[in-house]
Amino acid sequence: MDLSSIDPVLLIASLMVAATAVMIAAIGELIAERAGVLNLGVEGMMITGAICGFAMAVQTGSPTIGFLAAAAGGALLSLLFAFLTQVALANQVASGLALTLFGLGLSSLLGQDYQGIKPPSTPRIDIPVLTDLPAVGRIVFGHDLMVYFGLALVAATWAFLKYTRAGLVLRSVGENHDAAHALGYKVVRIRVMAIAFGGACAGLGGAYISLVRVPQWTEGMTAGIGWIALALVVFASWKPWRVLLGAYLFGGVTVLQLNLQAAGIAIPVEYLSMSPYIITIVVLVIMSADKSRAPASLGRIFHATH
Amino acid sequence: MKLTKRALMTGAALAVGLAATGVAAQDDVTKVGFVYVGPVGDGGWTYEHDQARQKVEEHFGDKVETVYVESVPEGPDSERVMTQMALDGADLIFTTSFGYMDPTINVAKKFPDVKFEHATGYKTADNVSVYSARFYEGRAVQGTIAGHMTESNVIGYIGSYPIPEVIRGINAAYIHAKKVNPDVEFKIVWAFTWIDPAKEADAAKVLIEQGADVILQHTDSTAPLAAAQEAGGIIGFGQASDMAEYKPSPRVSSIIDNWAPYYIDRVQAVMDGTWESKNTWDGIAPGMVEIGEITDAVPEEVKAEALALKESIASGEYHPFTGPLKKQDGSDWLAEGETADDGTLAGMNFYVEGIQGEIPQ
Repeated sequence: MDLSSIDPVLLIASLMVAATAVMIAAIGELIAERAGVLNLGVEGMMITGAICGFAMAVQTGSPTIGFLAAAAGGALLSLLFAFLTQVALANQVASGLALTLFGLGLSSLLGQDYQGIKPPSTPRIDIPVLTDLPAVGRIVFGHDLMVYFGLALVAATWAFLKYTRAGLVLRSVGENHDAAHALGYKVVRIRVMAIAFGGACAGLGGAYISLVRVPQWTEGMTAGIGWIALALVVFASWKPWRVLLGAYLFGGVTVLQLNLQAAGIAIPVEYLSMSPYIITIVVLVIMSADKSRAPASLGRIFHATH
Repeated sequence: MKLTKRALMTGAALAVGLAATGVAAQDDVTKVGFVYVGPVGDGGWTYEHDQARQKVEEHFGDKVETVYVESVPEGPDSERVMTQMALDGADLIFTTSFGYMDPTINVAKKFPDVKFEHATGYKTADNVSVYSARFYEGRAVQGTIAGHMTESNVIGYIGSYPIPEVIRGINAAYIHAKKVNPDVEFKIVWAFTWIDPAKEADAAKVLIEQGADVILQHTDSTAPLAAAQEAGGIIGFGQASDMAEYKPSPRVSSIIDNWAPYYIDRVQAVMDGTWESKNTWDGIAPGMVEIGEITDAVPEEVKAEALALKESIASGEYHPFTGPLKKQDGSDWLAEGETADDGTLAGMNFYVEGIQGEIPQ
């Protein structure tokens, strides 16, 4: 056992990368759920975003366009869910599961020609003096832009929900759609927008995996991260900062357990492998012991009968 | 009713009737099912099985019909998939991952008339054969190249599950890396998955961060090679498939599984009615294990040495597990000149001397 071979700076830097995809997807789902929509299709939207982003980045040579395409692809797929649940009034759980299955199939169809291709690399920002600072430089200034985008997204979502009128309206729709409707808010329109936002975020998260974290295209490459994102939202009690914490915790323990394995530490590997899931759940369950609860209208179908 | 092609033609010539030939033609088709653990596009393990499936179709043409189900989780789900295949009239089913072992045996009991072929396992039955490739022969060649190429003397190894097949690979690679470079050290990370690109990439990155400059993998996707390329100055090997898109570096060579001859052979046996349960374990010599092109990123003399080793294994002159070898705990395993028997290799659950760390139990 040789812990000195683990470099804490690199560890923190790589946990930020490992956490970004699940964090962005979870923030998108958080907005949808705060609007009262339970979309279990995160995995499907992520993988669709992953291939849309990958394909466009390869075609155009620009990772930026790839990420935009990923957001568009994820949002487009989520509109299918929006149509089913908001217009056709289908069951949200079933529609969400169907969306995941559909997304997995669609992505492997779209990805047929993209196996074994290398995407254009997403540059890391490199600010001459700052990035060279010891320790802090690599952690704070040495990432690709999506890492910062993810952090900014958490902050923006928090501020939006807490301080803006639009955020209040969104929450009211999620808490009591009948009351919101009676006040004259367009419940369906707001929910469709929230669903599309969730889809776009899931798409971005997926593209982060296929363009930065791996980077390549393989069928089914999101491998359950969408489900982790869904669970994070619940355990984070629908609060953006807790999503950030949960994602970093999950990413951190994932990277740490691999580091410990490589360093040959004498903890049985099985425990190390399950540790990211257990630690994340335990911490977030303890934190959710306060009075927070799910949005009251979560998962309920709204129909304006009058 | 099993009719040969000739019987069919005679039947047609005798003008028994269109309906009768229709039935006969249907019965003449041998239906072969394949259960895959990953997607056919993984570029590795499952990809090669699917290539072999396509070769079976090419070889037999209309006489065979193949079906496959991809990304089937190991465990109860696979049992359901196999049962469905058997119910749909499959004559022969290939189950292509270690974790399908017990499900295969269970389903085989229920369908005594269907033949099963389980890859990399060790449980057989009257209608269950097992087959595997001696990947460790390829690992010996890999280890030789890795030992020469590493400058940090740290070689990273991404294991999937701690099963004999994977442990054999680690041991074979280590023994031969050590032989050419006594200072070499292995860092082993268990991913506990056959395919999860994000996790494989993370594992590769961690190993690289901890000083490894050669990455060996026993997982199925090309993600570790992508991570090696991203990091720069790191080399790796194609696993199960050539992974040629990462040539000439980071992919400097590869182990390729070539299942096609075996699959064609077994389908033929079912057609002829000569199929019987057996245990096949072929290596480099019969071509089940191939070594992919060694690129120019490897110095000429290293390449020559690796190829010479490959030749001597193929000719049977050299066995990758030849004594003197000790187990990790220092106890004697093989005496000078003694070679490991297949029984020990098939159930290998120990590291050889020099490897750090414990095998997860």
